[in-house]
Amino acid sequence: MSRAEGVAGSSIAALVAGTVFGAGLATAEMTNPAKVLSFLDVAGAWDPSLGLVMAAALAVMAAAWLRTTPPPAREIDARLLGGAALFGLGWGLAGLCPGPAIAALSTGRGDVALFAASLIAGAGLFRFTLGASAIPDPAPVAGPPPTPTPRSSP
Amino acid sequence: MTTFTPWSALLGGALIGAGSAILLLRLGRVAGISGLLAGALFPDGDRERAWRWAFLLGLPIGAALVSVASRGLTVEVDASAGQLVVAGLLVGFGTRLGNGCTSGHGVCGVARGAPRSLTATGVFMSVAIATVFVMRHVIGGAS
Repeated sequence: MSRAEGVAGSSIAALVAGTVFGAGLATAEMTNPAKVLSFLDVAGAWDPSLGLVMAAALAVMAAAWLRTTPPPAREIDARLLGGAALFGLGWGLAGLCPGPAIAALSTGRGDVALFAASLIAGAGLFRFTLGASAIPDPAPVAGPPPTPTPRSSP
Repeated sequence: MTTFTPWSALLGGALIGAGSAILLLRLGRVAGISGLLAGALFPDGDRERAWRWAFLLGLPIGAALVSVASRGLTVEVDASAGQLVVAGLLVGFGTRLGNGCTSGHGVCGVARGAPRSLTATGVFMSVAIATVFVMRHVIGGAS
């Protein structure tokens, strides 16, 4: 297989994967910030739906991991904790996280676009400040996977 | 206020898992949306970008397909424009600093029991719950 065919093949697979993922977000109504916030509002009229979304997604992904070699564990550091805390604060404020925000761009809503643009600005701000000194990710896995080894842990 | 929708939640969750599984098994990649987005827009050196854009493009396509099938998606945003900007900046910066969001840590990482992802998910869930509590029940005055 030539390099061009490899790029085309993996792009088609990625497009299918993204479409299935986006359809899942919309089916589960995770594209609705009010739905997400109702899950996070444990002291209010709690809607446990997001918990079931996570449970079902985890069950499918756990099965997928059994067929691969997981990447080695990395240590928990201050960046991980601080980053997760900042993310949680933003998520709680708006009820939107990256996947649903991009999926909900399909509605053409200005408020979703404003959030998505700010999300990109925030990621860019990191990239050219603290992220500028970060060690780049290792090279991608070569070739199509019979037993794929993911490039890095999230 | 929204109502509990167990069946669509389970079906949607399974589809989210399936999309992540396709990316893992076909490309050997982890479906972390924040990382994919950053890798597509702000690449570190000569990294492949085509598949990242393809996956990201799929997200609104998938949502649009469901929207057509179900006659429109409900999107209720209560946050003001200022809140959306602050929240977006925090989510964008925080997910890069913490190297993952609800998809990369919350689904992909937790599914393989990665200690980093379990920790990150615990932290962002707790902080988000605390944020909603403060916004709605301390500042907002909702009952």
